[in-house]
Amino acid sequence: MSAQALLPWIITLPFLTAIAVLLTGRWPNLRETVSLAAGVGQFILVALMTTYWSPETTPSLVLAEPIPGMALSLSPEPLGLLFALVASFLWPVTTLYAIGYMRGHGEENQTRFYAAFAISIGAAMGIALAGDMLALFVFYELLTLATYPLVTHAGTDEARKAGRVYLVILMGTSVGLLLFAVIWTWQLTGTLSFTPGGVFEPDTGGLLLGTLLMLYVLGTGKAALMPFHRWLPAAMVAPTPVSALLHAVAVVKAGVFTILKVAVYIFGLDTLAGLAAADWLAALAGLTILLASLIAMTRDNLKARLAYSTISQLGYIVLGAMLGNAAGVVGGGMHIAMHAFGKITLFFCAGAILVAAHKTRVSELDGLGHQMPLTMLAFTIGAVSIVGLPPFGGTWSKWLLVQGTLDAGLWLLTAVLLVSSLLNIIYLMAVPLRGFFATPAAQTSGMREAPLPSLLAMGITATGCLLLFFYAEPIYRLVWGILL
Amino acid sequence: MNLGDHLPLLAIILPLLAAPVCVLIGRAGAAWLIALTSSVLSLAAAAALLQGVVQERTVSYQLGGWAPPWGIELRVDLLGAYVLLIVCAMAAMVMAYARRSVIREVEAALIPAFYAALLLVFAGLAGITVTGDAFNLFVFLEISSLASYALISMGRDRRAVSAAFQYLVMGSIGATFILIGIGFLYLMTGTLNMQDLAQRLPAVSDTRTVRAGFAFLTVGIGLKLALFPLHLWLPNAYAYAPSVVSALLAATATKVAVYALLRFIIDVFGADFSLGDMPLNLLLILLGSLGILVASLVAVYQDNVKRMLAYSSVAQVGYMVLGIGLASAAGVSAAILHLFNHALMKGALFLALGAVAYQMGRVRLKDFAGLGRSMPWTMAAIVVSGLSLIGVPGTAGFISKWYLVLAILEQDLWPLAMLVLVGSILALLYMGRLVEAAYFQHPEKNTVVPREAPLSLLLPLWVLATANLYFGLFTDLNVGIAQQASSQLLEGRP
Repeated sequence: MSAQALLPWIITLPFLTAIAVLLTGRWPNLRETVSLAAGVGQFILVALMTTYWSPETTPSLVLAEPIPGMALSLSPEPLGLLFALVASFLWPVTTLYAIGYMRGHGEENQTRFYAAFAISIGAAMGIALAGDMLALFVFYELLTLATYPLVTHAGTDEARKAGRVYLVILMGTSVGLLLFAVIWTWQLTGTLSFTPGGVFEPDTGGLLLGTLLMLYVLGTGKAALMPFHRWLPAAMVAPTPVSALLHAVAVVKAGVFTILKVAVYIFGLDTLAGLAAADWLAALAGLTILLASLIAMTRDNLKARLAYSTISQLGYIVLGAMLGNAAGVVGGGMHIAMHAFGKITLFFCAGAILVAAHKTRVSELDGLGHQMPLTMLAFTIGAVSIVGLPPFGGTWSKWLLVQGTLDAGLWLLTAVLLVSSLLNIIYLMAVPLRGFFATPAAQTSGMREAPLPSLLAMGITATGCLLLFFYAEPIYRLVWGILL
Repeated sequence: MNLGDHLPLLAIILPLLAAPVCVLIGRAGAAWLIALTSSVLSLAAAAALLQGVVQERTVSYQLGGWAPPWGIELRVDLLGAYVLLIVCAMAAMVMAYARRSVIREVEAALIPAFYAALLLVFAGLAGITVTGDAFNLFVFLEISSLASYALISMGRDRRAVSAAFQYLVMGSIGATFILIGIGFLYLMTGTLNMQDLAQRLPAVSDTRTVRAGFAFLTVGIGLKLALFPLHLWLPNAYAYAPSVVSALLAATATKVAVYALLRFIIDVFGADFSLGDMPLNLLLILLGSLGILVASLVAVYQDNVKRMLAYSSVAQVGYMVLGIGLASAAGVSAAILHLFNHALMKGALFLALGAVAYQMGRVRLKDFAGLGRSMPWTMAAIVVSGLSLIGVPGTAGFISKWYLVLAILEQDLWPLAMLVLVGSILALLYMGRLVEAAYFQHPEKNTVVPREAPLSLLLPLWVLATANLYFGLFTDLNVGIAQQASSQLLEGRP
């Protein structure tokens, strides 16, 4: 079997799964088996494709050609394969977690939930494997629409309000700015294909390119760069598996992935390095990193704190993309994987604490480590990985990003990264510290852990954080492939 | 002479003759069957006609064998055949849908007359697209307008009568203006045939009479078009008319008015005169942009969903007018393209509202609470066509927006491009309210949970909803013809 033969299956499997979920909705056990099996199958397919893939035999698939000369095509490249790998690995893990969580929490409309989840994964696959900016944009919008019912899942006033913020910011930026940039690019160059080295003629004016870059980066609302970050904290009302999807599996990763793709394949790193606008955007990313960390420190609601932490971490990746050098892009690409594993662990823990102990605030967690030791241990691992300390995966990506800022000679940004790491320690490590060492307000009775499927999922992702430290080389090599 | 030569006439004569038959038979079921049959046959004629026009060239048909400029000429070029196809296709869909919806919404004794009026609206609109004679165009316009006043007044809501009266007043002013405009042109040139007019007008175009005639014509058509700020009759008319009427008018009437505008300002007066010597291009860009912005904003605050979509139609007309105002091949073809796509989305949306009205009796926003669960197919169709209205990629609406923005950027008018995209975001806001109510709001206590609409309503609805998706991915038919029609129009007739 070749990569070419796998490609149609990779893009259709999640959508077929959604249909299967809708059909089997009446039998929850069957429905969830289908979701889980499809997730595992999806990962195997993507993993196979990654092994078969080589630059000489890049597969490609034209989905449609809505405008003459402009096809909607899929064409995997290393960065996209990495994103697809991460998303397809975390899909079954999140499903596993969701089975425990959604049942433990007695949620309604579970069929809609699993179907929308599968469509979201399909959209993420489309984004990851898109061969041109139009295809990426199409799946980007599909992802927004498919995740909307997940964000508003509860159907309460608060959830619907969050859904409104979510839809308006994400669709507003993408239609108002990103689509504008895409059409403009098409009008200037007549192509939207991802081309190594960029699509613009060398003599294109710097001001024009700078404007376009601003439109692209700010228009990618999913990257949650300030001031377009409000949707992410608003979406914390969603069930925890959805937060995992938003923060780790697909949505925000799709955002920073888009920015990396634009940087490498629409502008080209050499062009980017010469643009003043890139420096401005890097500064904006630096500002986002610091401000979001500072806001996170003031948040007592655990999910809100994690949401601002995500905003800050996304800033790292945007920063890496805007540096216009190899270390920055590779570091940013790797951080997609590293942050995904770390953050999904943290959200799984937050959800487990909600289901098992009915607590949502950091200040309520005193002594919870004795009641839920495994959960707290997983939280510690995720937190340390996100801070970027060995022996966890986050170390490598942060290392490369710092190196990127040094290569670009932007000392101030180096300082920002280091200060932010310190802030990360303060607001993330506070949780396990309280859990293990503070005395609980009221005496609690023995151990009461989260449901088994959820614990299992947490164990997998926490182990992942550890393994990514020791076996980071394949990922590193894969991401390097984009620069060849 | 075989049947194929009479295609232009067939498309309009069938509904025109079927209308009195409906009244004479006087039975609801038979009237429906006649209406459906004649519109399907018209659709077949229109499709054959378009095929002929694409392959060969403009078809000219002399009514009664009298040669123009004295006799009435039916003249079908690519644009005409294309709009005719839209009108016939939408009419056929609406007729197929009508039977059960009409039984529930229109008084039983009036049903045969209702179908007769519906056929007259259809015949009038179809006639406008095929005629080559300016006065004849006015006559067809009046046939369709008068019939539509009657149709709107048949709505169940008593406000339908005042809405119909309001439309009657505004529509008559528009028609009078058009007639005065045509009269001025006749005065100066002595001809009513459009081809003839186009040849003779340049010689006298520098006179005040011709300019006044031009002004009367454009304002008159602007009224029929619901061009902002001449749109005030439209929201009430659409909101209180029976569902079937709203669907037919929303999908076809404004489209045909856009056609009439294109025909007069570009074909008869010539683009150089209308969009160059006269400042109509600036005016159209300005009014189109304002229409997009203001009407979309007003739509966000409507509680009656039909009114909301009516305001959305005013905004959508803004897109088409904006495209025409650009006065370029790209702009005009974007407008022609949107004409097609907008018919698809609005047709589907109004048919879906008809299905909701069929089950719920009303279409206020709060009536939609919980419909995502109780009427899943209807709501899914609303979501699909709503996405198309917003312009989400993968739908027909995206293709329209794409070409329009491209045409705008071609002239470096990037603030306008932003405005078009802002319009999309506003569409997202008003469609979002509807979707939110349907899927994430629980119905009020003590309300009857409705069942899904019957299949005879769902089928035509889903044909249109699917078309929204199909034309979002495969655009050879509509984009190809729109571009050819636009260049045919601008580069003079072949």
